[in-house]
Amino acid sequence: MIKVDRLVKKFDDVVAVDDISFEVKEGESFGFLGPNGAGKTTTIRILTTLIPPTSGGATVDGYDIKKESDRVRESIGIIFQEPSLDERLTAYDNLYFHAALYRVPKREIKPRIEKALKMVELKKFKDKVVNTFSGGMKRRLEIARGFLHMPRVLFLDEPTLGLDPQTRRVIWEYIRNLKDDFGVTLFLTTHYMEEAEESDRVGIIHKGKIISVDSPENMKKRIGRDTIVLSNSDGNERAVRSLGLDVVRAGDKLLVSVDSSEDALKKILKGGVSLENLAVKRPTLEDVFIELTGTAIADESGGTMDVVKQAVRMRRMR
Amino acid sequence: MSGEEIVTVRGKTGGDWGIFGKFLYGTYIIWLRDMKRLIRDKHQFFGSFARPILWLLILGMGLRPVFTVNDEVDYIQYIFPGIIVMSLIFSGMWAGISVIWDREFGFLKEILVAPIPRTSIVAGKVMGGATQALLQGSITIFFAPVIGLRFAFFDILLMIAIMLIISIALASLGIVIASRMYSYEGFGTVSNFVIMPLFFLSGAIYPVETLPGWLKVLVSLNPVTYGVDLMRGVVLGMRSFPLTDDIAYIVGFGVAMGGLAVLLFRKY
Repeated sequence: MIKVDRLVKKFDDVVAVDDISFEVKEGESFGFLGPNGAGKTTTIRILTTLIPPTSGGATVDGYDIKKESDRVRESIGIIFQEPSLDERLTAYDNLYFHAALYRVPKREIKPRIEKALKMVELKKFKDKVVNTFSGGMKRRLEIARGFLHMPRVLFLDEPTLGLDPQTRRVIWEYIRNLKDDFGVTLFLTTHYMEEAEESDRVGIIHKGKIISVDSPENMKKRIGRDTIVLSNSDGNERAVRSLGLDVVRAGDKLLVSVDSSEDALKKILKGGVSLENLAVKRPTLEDVFIELTGTAIADESGGTMDVVKQAVRMRRMR
Repeated sequence: MSGEEIVTVRGKTGGDWGIFGKFLYGTYIIWLRDMKRLIRDKHQFFGSFARPILWLLILGMGLRPVFTVNDEVDYIQYIFPGIIVMSLIFSGMWAGISVIWDREFGFLKEILVAPIPRTSIVAGKVMGGATQALLQGSITIFFAPVIGLRFAFFDILLMIAIMLIISIALASLGIVIASRMYSYEGFGTVSNFVIMPLFFLSGAIYPVETLPGWLKVLVSLNPVTYGVDLMRGVVLGMRSFPLTDDIAYIVGFGVAMGGLAVLLFRKY
């Protein structure tokens, strides 16, 4: 559905997208994961024909983004990172003009708008002017709008940026439902790990380069090891070491890195180890990201995650 | 989810319309949206109608005792065509403002990724500005009997045609300025620098013939001068330039600005 071939985009001397190639299959959801400034939005802008690439090329729905940009625009929908509604018109009018711009057959416009508004639960606000809406409502309206003309591919650029966690969850529910209902290929960018986990496949992008493309499960499997967290006391460390496990001391915690947490836990239970503050960490996409790039995607401070990150980094150095 | 299956047809949106069909349709949709906004914004709508009438009364009444044009034409009648053209200048800039506004609120992106030709975005915006200009100009014409001017039906049609040409040219100018302006404030400043000289250096409020040489040069470089002259020809039957010059200058300016606007918009 999307084929990207050695795409490069330079802004003056800054290389925003550095020779990337990947493919997105029909009907799948593909998450583009990376920190701010990694080149995600630039890639979307190229694929949606808003800016031309410096070199390389891509096809969307079989159409060349450079030579057949009109065709590409007929095949796609996009939900932008920043708001893009006409704030002075009503919710209904916003959807109406979108449908008209995309030449949705006249008799279908009204039922489609009704359906879309119902799905994002904005039916009550149909005739309200958009500048009275909250941020979450505007986002929902934009999502409804993105699906309205039934694009073959829908691009979502950080669809939940700046929304609170609860609204984010709700938005994702809408996106999932709409995707199932309308059956469309999704290409989304995000720097939230949980959102990337929703995707069938994830492409990790860092400093303009694609580092890895795979399903979230495979990625996590590849970096493998689980981490068991135990409280740090002299006796405890000795006890764990005597079981032949790999231990790293991190503050008041011991981090035990194991291939299978099930087997290791059985050993630990029998081995007279103190179970105070026991926790098991499965690898997350965040770990995958750290493993692949050597940096964290978002700067989180405090908490066990930091300690785990530290341990992962230490393991890499060995 | 919602069990009803209304939406089943997928495929290329709309079918094949041909380039010209897509252009006309796109232009219509962009125009339609601007009209909807215009109607919704009541202050802008009525305020813009009051302006030309205020100018006509204040400027006309204030300067009438000082200026004598000739025995048949009163000063307030003399500036009437100029005031109509002034409201066309303001409406033309309004077309530019609506582009800036759309960019500021992000809506411009929604239009730019839509499957309509870039040319029709420009054309729709220009026609939106021109429609508003026509409405304003027409209202001003309704006011003409109050200052003792009466028109034959054919003259009114002629005036509307002239207003349409001038307002398309000026709306294109507005879009050209807006296409390289990224803030509302910036556009305000620049458009004031454009509106003032366009109006005051146009012969809208004084005769061109008696001006000193350097001013005459500036005035004859201003395309609006020829628009005003064209209007005055119909309204009062007096003209400072040959008819063919008037038409050539204003149409030439319109074509140049329209072309430039399309060119600048292509690069988005």
